[in-house]
Amino acid sequence: MRPKRRRLYFVLAGMAALGLAVALTLFAFEDNLVFFSSPTDVHTKNIGPDRKFRLGGLVEEESVGKSNDGLTTTFRVTDLSNTVPVAYTGILPDLFREGQGVVAEGRLGADGVFIAESVLAKHDENYLPPEVAEALKKSGQWKGATP
Amino acid sequence: MIAELGHFAIVLALAVAIVQGTLPLVGAQRGIESLTAIARPAAIMQFLLLALAFIALTLAFTGSDFSVLNVWQNSHTQKPLLYKISGVWGNHEGSLLLWVMILAAFGFGVATMGNNLPPSLRTRVIAIQGLIGVGFLLLLVFLSNPFERVFPVPAQGNGLNPLLQDPGLAFHPPFLYLGYVGFSIAFSFAVAALIEGKVDAAWARWVRPWTLAAWVALTIGIAMGSWWAYYELGWGGWWFWDPVENASFMPWLLGTALLHSAIVVEKRDALKTWTVLLAILTFSFSLLGTFIVRSGVLNSVHSFATDPGRGVYILAFLVVAIGGSLALYAWRAPALKSGGVFAPISREGSLVLNNLLLIAATATVFIGTMYPLFLDAMTGEKVTVGPPFFNATFVPLMVPLLAVMAIGPMMPWKRADLAGTLARMKVAAAVTVAVALLTLYLSGFDPILAVLGMVLGTWLVAGAAIDIGERTRLFRIPWRDALRRGRNLPRSAWGGAIAHAGMGVAILGITGSLSWEIERLQIMRPGDRVGIAGYELEFGGVAPVAGPNYDAVRGTFRVYRDDELVEVMTPETRRFTQPSMVTTEAAIRPRNFGDLYAVVGESNGDGGFATRIYHKPMINWLWIGSIMMALGGLVSLTDRRLRIGAPRRRTAETKPALRPQQQTT
Repeated sequence: MRPKRRRLYFVLAGMAALGLAVALTLFAFEDNLVFFSSPTDVHTKNIGPDRKFRLGGLVEEESVGKSNDGLTTTFRVTDLSNTVPVAYTGILPDLFREGQGVVAEGRLGADGVFIAESVLAKHDENYLPPEVAEALKKSGQWKGATP
Repeated sequence: MIAELGHFAIVLALAVAIVQGTLPLVGAQRGIESLTAIARPAAIMQFLLLALAFIALTLAFTGSDFSVLNVWQNSHTQKPLLYKISGVWGNHEGSLLLWVMILAAFGFGVATMGNNLPPSLRTRVIAIQGLIGVGFLLLLVFLSNPFERVFPVPAQGNGLNPLLQDPGLAFHPPFLYLGYVGFSIAFSFAVAALIEGKVDAAWARWVRPWTLAAWVALTIGIAMGSWWAYYELGWGGWWFWDPVENASFMPWLLGTALLHSAIVVEKRDALKTWTVLLAILTFSFSLLGTFIVRSGVLNSVHSFATDPGRGVYILAFLVVAIGGSLALYAWRAPALKSGGVFAPISREGSLVLNNLLLIAATATVFIGTMYPLFLDAMTGEKVTVGPPFFNATFVPLMVPLLAVMAIGPMMPWKRADLAGTLARMKVAAAVTVAVALLTLYLSGFDPILAVLGMVLGTWLVAGAAIDIGERTRLFRIPWRDALRRGRNLPRSAWGGAIAHAGMGVAILGITGSLSWEIERLQIMRPGDRVGIAGYELEFGGVAPVAGPNYDAVRGTFRVYRDDELVEVMTPETRRFTQPSMVTTEAAIRPRNFGDLYAVVGESNGDGGFATRIYHKPMINWLWIGSIMMALGGLVSLTDRRLRIGAPRRRTAETKPALRPQQQTT
């Protein structure tokens, strides 16, 4: 085979691989981007129950309770302007505590309770997830130093 | 005093690096012997200085010298010695020092072991290595000085994040860095080759062992990180498509592509410009990886600005290093003569396909990692790109790659007969079909990906076995002869087969653990039992235990099989005081083709504890497969051809002397 012809094949193969990657990426972006929302966002924007998103803020003081089965924890996430009730079944991360920053991923139920599939809080005590700090600043309730 | 010595050493190292990165380049260009002669002593000097600085910082850590800011922030007198040492690289400044020291060590390696390299190429490689060093040392000396003092001297340090106080993680960063930085040699060789305008088989023969060594280290580093996540984070996950993980995974993917395309340059003198580009890209991604992890830019675009000086410097360095090398590539690459011709269906063709798919896969990981940053910077909107995205993009690209990976090594160079190659895979196909049927019989079509994974994994392992079988003519000639042929096979053939089989074993482990995992989540009181995967676990309650720098609550599970006690598992929850933090230590026992994995959570205040128990089938295969991949790389490194390095100028004298030896061993 002549070199020119050969090069054409390889360029075509390269384009095909690249095209495949782009197509897969665009296709996957459609469904799999998870947006971050603060409790205020949840109240102002209308988020449907089929949309998965991340809810972040502080665990409201004295809001943590256990349901009857002993495994489901309910608590409220606040950005100090608004709150959203959350239910999570499973073992919470070691650093989950009232008054601490938390990010939960899940869906909003029809009754307004956020059903969390996972709860992230695996940092040290002074750490505030940057999204949470941002959300607190946006709600005008930020008191700490700039991170 | 020791800290000042270290500080002095890094400043001197910077000065040496500047000399090393400039004068030899000028000398090589103009043919001035006195200038090129500087390269080797400078590289040796730079390594010694940085080693001295590293030892100084390590001594400051082991001696808990809290007058050094870095030690005060990251250490504590009560920490076990191992973690005092690993604390050296458990922070930004110290890890940067480790980075440049490894970089200098590689330069040292070229300077001391590169005797049979063409002198001008060696000089240029060392000089480029020096220039990379300048970039990092400027950052180290002016913006991230690990030897900065603090006054008044605090009595006690802040301690290291307890999650990092773990033997698995203690050596995770050094391996990762060995990998990242190892690719710098491939990069330096590529840039030097562009300046020289010459890439040949000897060049590839020099690049390959360095790339291979870096790849092995990176493989071990990533596997260690994964293993750590598996047992330390308490929910048994081992890969999260987290941006920090992706940052190490992208250089691995590109490095894998580079390893394979360098084979084509060496054997067939083709794909030269492509290989040079890959070498540049691989190290560029290593740089990008190091920087985005170390600058904290990945958590949020805004934390990038916490130290504007550092952020801007890092950005500028990336632009100069990556942009500069790519510009040089655009300018000089057309000058490289292309060589060997081959048909699309051939060993070369399959390696090109390997490269294309790996690049496409890297691109999807790159987009998934960078898109959230991009969107945040542009619109302020915060998004996360999680596992579903990567499952939908990365996995489909891996399927054809793995399918071709089994037959590629069996294809002849230049032009292959696809039907003939496939015919030799009959046995592998039969084994694969058998495994597919067995999987369907045991677990049905659900999940269908499980069948696909088992098929691909088996196909790979069987393909690697047949490759070796074909080469040794096993079962066709007396086994004694086959054994002798096996011993005489090039080590690189063995290495490749072991690494490919390792990949297959890892795929099987991934498939098994994801598809057939069982999870049991419940409240248990002492005496309660729960059944999982043919075992019964009896909860024996919890008891407090004291550790060296933490207090722990230890739960006990007695594991029964047919009412017979076979194992006792003791997961812990550790509460550290400095810094104040809680970690989970899962109890893991290999059982029944997989791991039993138990975690004890918080008390429900009523005598019961939340407990989580998993059975993770075949998870050990993932670790075994990773070890096999690294082992394959090491075996390949011992290949005679690579050990000897590039052919000497006086080939006629050396070759006959080595021949008989090769036949007897």
